[in-house]
Amino acid sequence: MDARSSALALSERSALNAYDTGILMNKAELTIALKRFLPDCAVISEQEALRAYECDGLPAYRKMPLVAVLPQTVEQLQQVVQLCHQQAVPVVARGAATGLSGGALPLENGLLLGLSRFNKILNINPLARTARVQPGVRNLAISEAAAKYGLYYAPDPSSQIACTIGGNVAENSGGVHCLKYGLTVHNVLELKVITPQGELLTIGSAALDSAGYDILALMNGSEGMLGIVVEILVKLLPRPERAQVLLAAFDDVEKAADSVGEIIAAGIIPAGLEMMDALAIQAAEDFVHAGYPRDANAILLCEVDGTNEEVSEHSKKIYDLLLSCGATEVRTARDEAERLRFWQGRKSAFPAVGRMSPDYYCMDGTVPRKKLAQVLTRISQLSEHYQLPVANVFHAGDGNLHPLILYDANQPGELQRAEDFGAEILELSVQVGGTITGEHGVGHEKIHQMCVQFSEPELEQFRALKRAFDPHSLLNPGKAIPQPRSCSEYKLIGSCNHDTSGHQHREHE
Amino acid sequence: MSDHSIALQQRVQEALQQKQALTIQGSGSKNFLGGLIDHNLTPLPVIKHCGVVNYEPKELVITARAGTSLTAIQSLLAEQHQMLAFEPPAFSEQATLGGTIACGLSGPRRPYTGSARDFVLGSKIINGQAEILHFGGEVMKNVAGYDVSRLMVGAMGTLGLILELSLKVLPQPEQEISLTLECPVNEAIEQMNKWSATPLPISAACYDGANLYIRLSGAATAVSAGSKRIGGDIIADCKAFWYNVRELQHGFFNTDKFLWRLSLPSDTPYIELPGKQFIDWGGAQRWYIADTDNKQNLYSSIAQQGGQLSLFRASGDNSARNSFLTHNDAFHPLSTALLALHKQLKHAFDPQGIFNPGRLYREL
Repeated sequence: MDARSSALALSERSALNAYDTGILMNKAELTIALKRFLPDCAVISEQEALRAYECDGLPAYRKMPLVAVLPQTVEQLQQVVQLCHQQAVPVVARGAATGLSGGALPLENGLLLGLSRFNKILNINPLARTARVQPGVRNLAISEAAAKYGLYYAPDPSSQIACTIGGNVAENSGGVHCLKYGLTVHNVLELKVITPQGELLTIGSAALDSAGYDILALMNGSEGMLGIVVEILVKLLPRPERAQVLLAAFDDVEKAADSVGEIIAAGIIPAGLEMMDALAIQAAEDFVHAGYPRDANAILLCEVDGTNEEVSEHSKKIYDLLLSCGATEVRTARDEAERLRFWQGRKSAFPAVGRMSPDYYCMDGTVPRKKLAQVLTRISQLSEHYQLPVANVFHAGDGNLHPLILYDANQPGELQRAEDFGAEILELSVQVGGTITGEHGVGHEKIHQMCVQFSEPELEQFRALKRAFDPHSLLNPGKAIPQPRSCSEYKLIGSCNHDTSGHQHREHE
Repeated sequence: MSDHSIALQQRVQEALQQKQALTIQGSGSKNFLGGLIDHNLTPLPVIKHCGVVNYEPKELVITARAGTSLTAIQSLLAEQHQMLAFEPPAFSEQATLGGTIACGLSGPRRPYTGSARDFVLGSKIINGQAEILHFGGEVMKNVAGYDVSRLMVGAMGTLGLILELSLKVLPQPEQEISLTLECPVNEAIEQMNKWSATPLPISAACYDGANLYIRLSGAATAVSAGSKRIGGDIIADCKAFWYNVRELQHGFFNTDKFLWRLSLPSDTPYIELPGKQFIDWGGAQRWYIADTDNKQNLYSSIAQQGGQLSLFRASGDNSARNSFLTHNDAFHPLSTALLALHKQLKHAFDPQGIFNPGRLYREL
C-alpha cells in the first residue's frame, strides 16, 4: 500500500476503534499515523535502524518491533499510547535495555517505546530529600546530582552506570545495599504514569502515603505491564559519614553462609554482605587483582556504614564474629582505596567470569539463607550432571543467588544444557521456599517457571489485576504472567525441555 | 493457636452462594478507622485464626496468622532483641496482626525505617472467589509476579481476607536517647528536615506545639555522639513519651472533637488552620483537632500541597461521626480516574463485593 492510500484508509477509520473493527494497522499506516504528531527523526521504521532495539540485556532472545519511537515530551508519549490503544497495537517500553530477563524484548506486531530522551533531572529538594526525575535518567546520575547536598539515591543495581530509573521502577531493582536500604519500591514516593488508555495519572505523592490502595507498590516491579512511567519522585538519603569493608576468607562455603546469620543475630544490619565461591574468586583475582585470597573456598565482603562511632563499633564486632565463625583470615580495608579494590573484585565478577568461558548464563533465584548450603551442594551436583562449570556470586545478606553457568554456545547442545541447568536451579529455589527471581524480573525468560512458583488461581488473580489496568492487554503483553495454555504445556513437556531461540554473552547483572 | 483457613474459606464460600457481604472482624481495636461498619452485614471473625507459623531471627522474618495479637508477636521478637520496625500503633492490647496490616498504620519510626507496607514480604489471602492464594514469601527480594501482598496493606480488608503475613523484622537498637528543645513551629519543621538530611541516627522527630522532640537510636557511641550534636535536654522516660505519641495518648489527643490526619511533604511549612496541630514523622504527618467538625473544604488545598487529609478518629459523640460518614468518606476523596481504577481493582479481587463494603470508600 502506498503512502497516500494508506493515509486515506487511515482517515476513513480513524474514528473507529480497532477492537470493534478487528482491523489492525499495518506498519506503513502506523508509521504515517505516528509522524502526524512526532518528528520524523523520532519514528524508526527501517529494518537496519530497528535492529538496535531487537533485544535487551538478555540477547539470547531477539525480535524486531514493527516500529520504534523516541518521543520527547509527555504529550507526544500520551499521543503514542492513545494511538496504540485506539489501533490495538501492543506497546513495549524500554529504558537503557540493561534488563536481564527479556522484559524489554519487542513484539513483532508491536511498537517499541524508547524513553531515552526523557533524561532530565527536573528538581532536587535537599530539605525534603527528594529528586524529581524523568524515567530515562540513569540510576547513578541521580546520586551524582544529589552528592553536593550530601545525599544519594540508595538502590544500586550493578548496572547502575547505565540502567535508567524508569527501568528500575519496572523491575523493582535491588542491588548490593538493599538489605539495609531497601529495593526500588522502598525508595520511590510518586509516579506519573500514562495508562494503557493514554491518560496521565499521578500515583503516590510527595507525602509519605496517599489515599486509597497502594497502587504505587503495585507499579514497582510490574515490568511495564500496568502503565508507562513518565516521571518519578525518589527519596534521597543522607550519605553515611563513613563506610568500612571487611573481607573474610573461609575454607568452606557453609561456614561463610553461617557467619552471615551470626552477624545478623548480633543485631547488625550490614550495608552490604556479598559472598563469592572459589571459581568466582579465581576469576575476579585474574581479572582485577583485588587482593582476594586465592586459596579460599569462599570469601565474604561485609560493608558497614553509618556514623563514625557506629562503624568503628560494628567493624570491631564483626571482625571478632567472623573469626569465631571459622574464617581463616579477616582483613579490614586500610583505606578508601583498598575498600574500593575489595568491591571492584565483586562488582567485576560477571565480566571476570565472562573471560573464563565463551558464554555464561546468569541466574537470579532467592532462597532463605539457612538453605544456602543445601542449595549450593545441589548446584554443584547439577554442575557435574550437566557437565558445565558454575561460579557463584551472591547477595548473601538477602539470600539472592547469582549462579553463573559457563558454557560455549558453539558446542552443540551446550546452550540447551545451560538453560536446563538454569531452570533446575530456579525450580530448586522455589522448592526450598524461595523465588525464581530476586531482582532481575520474570520478563520473557522465566515465564515458564512462574507456573512452578504459582498455582493457576494465583496466576489468574495476576491476570485479573492486569485486566483492571489494561483490559485489552496493550502493555508488554506476554511477559511476566504466563497464559493458562502455556502453563499446561510446560507442565506436560516437563521442566527440563526449554525453548532455545539463540545465544549470547550475558554481561550485565 | 490454630489454623482456621479452611473454615474461613467455607465461610467465604457460603457468603458467595448466599450473596451476603461480610464484615471482617479482628479485635475491633481500629473499628473507629475508615467508613462506617454496616452492622447488618454478616461478621467474619478471624481472631481464632492465630499463631506464629515461623520465626527465623537470623533470616529477619516472621510469619504469623492474621488473628495473632500484635503483643504476642512483639514479645516473641523482643526475646531475640528484634522488633517490627514500623512501630505499629495498636490502640488496644488485643490488636491483631491482620488488622494492623489491613489498616496500614505506622508509628513514629516510619520516616526513618519505613512503613507497614515496606516490611511486608508475603501474604496468604482468601480472595472474593473464596480461593486461598499465596503471594510473595519469606525472602527479602522477590519480584516474581505483581506485588499483591503490599497491595493488601491499607486496603481495609476490601480486597480480600488476609490469612497469613510474612514480615521483615529488624534488630532493636542497642540504645535510644530522646532530646527536647523549645522552638517556634516553622523553625521546628525546618530543623527536623535539616537533621534528617544528615547522617545522624534519628529514629523519630515530632513537635507538640511548643517543643521539638528527637529520638536517636543505634550503637551506644553513635547515639551519644549524635545527642551532643543536637543539644537540648534529655527526656527521662523516652519509651513512655513515644508510646504516647504512637498510641495517640499524648495530652494533645485528649479531645472529644474529630481528630484529622494530614499527610504532607515533610518540608511543608506550618499550615495555619483554626484549631491545634501536633506534628510527627519529621513534618510528614500532622494531627489536627479543628474547632469545627467539617473540614471537607480543606481537601483541595491540602492536595495542592502534595498531601492528603483524612478523618482519623472521633472519640466523643458518635452521632456526629455517623452523620459525617454517611455523607463523606473518611479518607481523602480520589480523583475520578483513580476511583475508576480502584473500582476495577476491587472487581479484580472481589467481583461480588463481599468484603468490607464501604470501609475504604463508600463506592468500593
